Amino acid sequence: MGDMKSGESCCGNENDSSAHNSENYEVLLPMAPSAGDECGGSSLGESSGIYDLPGYKLWHFVEDFIDTAAGIVPRVKTSIDREDQYGTLKARSGFNRMRYSITPGLYCVGSPDKDSPVMVSANYKLSFDALRKELNGINTWVLVIDTRGINVWCAAGEGTFSTDEVINRVKLTGLEKVVNNRELILPQLSATGVNAKKVKKGCGFKVVWGPIRAMDIKRFLDAGKKAESEMRLVTFSFFERVVLIPIEFSMAIKPLMWILLTVFILSGIGSDIFSISDSWTRGLLMASAVISAVFAGAVAAPALLPWIPGKAFSVKGAITGLIPGICLVLFNFKSIMFLEMAAIVLVITILSSYLAMNFTGATPFTSPTGVEAEMKKAIPLQAAGIIIAVIAWVGANFLTI
Amino acid sequence: MKDLRYLPDVSTIKLNTEACIGCGTCELVCPHGVFQIADKKAGIVDSDGCMECGACAMNCPVEAISVSPGVG
Repeated sequence: MGDMKSGESCCGNENDSSAHNSENYEVLLPMAPSAGDECGGSSLGESSGIYDLPGYKLWHFVEDFIDTAAGIVPRVKTSIDREDQYGTLKARSGFNRMRYSITPGLYCVGSPDKDSPVMVSANYKLSFDALRKELNGINTWVLVIDTRGINVWCAAGEGTFSTDEVINRVKLTGLEKVVNNRELILPQLSATGVNAKKVKKGCGFKVVWGPIRAMDIKRFLDAGKKAESEMRLVTFSFFERVVLIPIEFSMAIKPLMWILLTVFILSGIGSDIFSISDSWTRGLLMASAVISAVFAGAVAAPALLPWIPGKAFSVKGAITGLIPGICLVLFNFKSIMFLEMAAIVLVITILSSYLAMNFTGATPFTSPTGVEAEMKKAIPLQAAGIIIAVIAWVGANFLTI
Repeated sequence: MKDLRYLPDVSTIKLNTEACIGCGTCELVCPHGVFQIADKKAGIVDSDGCMECGACAMNCPVEAISVSPGVG
């Protein structure tokens, strides 16, 4: 992604001399080390180095560079092309463990001048894309801060979208030389990590709280930087939930291989000590229960969330699990005994309940105190249920003669 | 978020009405409409809507709001 031509050109349009100060360029180049350390995969990721230059590693979304009193600034496109969509798909699927980030610093859209607004964004590529695609026809500066490739709200909660980072980034980029105004438009959700008064004190820029969703930014600007009340409230619509499912699903199937292996081993244990044919036939039945549970807990529960009865996610997940559980039992009613039916229903219900409970970490309305209270009650029940299910499942194979 | 509600009576959000100066910042930054300003004082109108994100407490100029989320 973004092959860096580390030699002469970082934007490939030397013909456009007006957009380019080659003198600046000579000075800047030796300072630029490799900016491509995104493959960390550790929990927080590496902070961007102090010599990283915005726009140096040429991204396809960089149109050209403009000269400012604080050096050259990449001008970005407002269109989302195939490369962006492919990147979004990879990030959303959860199969790439790479941080999907861009280099922090000052960017711009259109032809901003000293009076143009300054919007602040996270350096998670999806956050940046969400913002820039709404900026068509707007002349603005975009100050991308280092949130370690994490989205605005999570970064604000984790403390990387912070008061200090905003202040530092304003100073590092020399923003006060670029604009005459002293205002930063911050996404409202960053308020969790940013104290507006301290930002003002620390760098002289006043924080204006922008709308939650980038899609409202135009209306916000048109209304004189005022957000209507619905722009200030988070939503969790069907679509917003569905885009989270691939991640939930991929997290759920990662340990699946080991669970299935255990299922096949346990299914073979019985009065014959170990029966390969039991391991296969009974194993397949229980494996289908486990796989149904993944769909019930990591797909159905998030998608159908508001329509499932109950408030606790573990209850909602148990309900979405119960339905395929009962179906599976009814399909195999004649060939299995009561203990096995109980084990199947328990396994689907509990796994689904557990997976749905995991989804609390991805929603915008569950309080940590509530999640803690829920887990304290649910986890002992889930653990006890799984133990009973294992005993019932293995025990049943000792009763058959 | 009226259609999606989590557990009631768990949020740890607290507002010291005496210290409140009614600036309205909490009402502005809260993503769940937990606060409303009336008679130059903030009031908690929907504590069950609170997800303890802490935006209000972070930006209250007189530190009249406290939230202490657990570990989640």
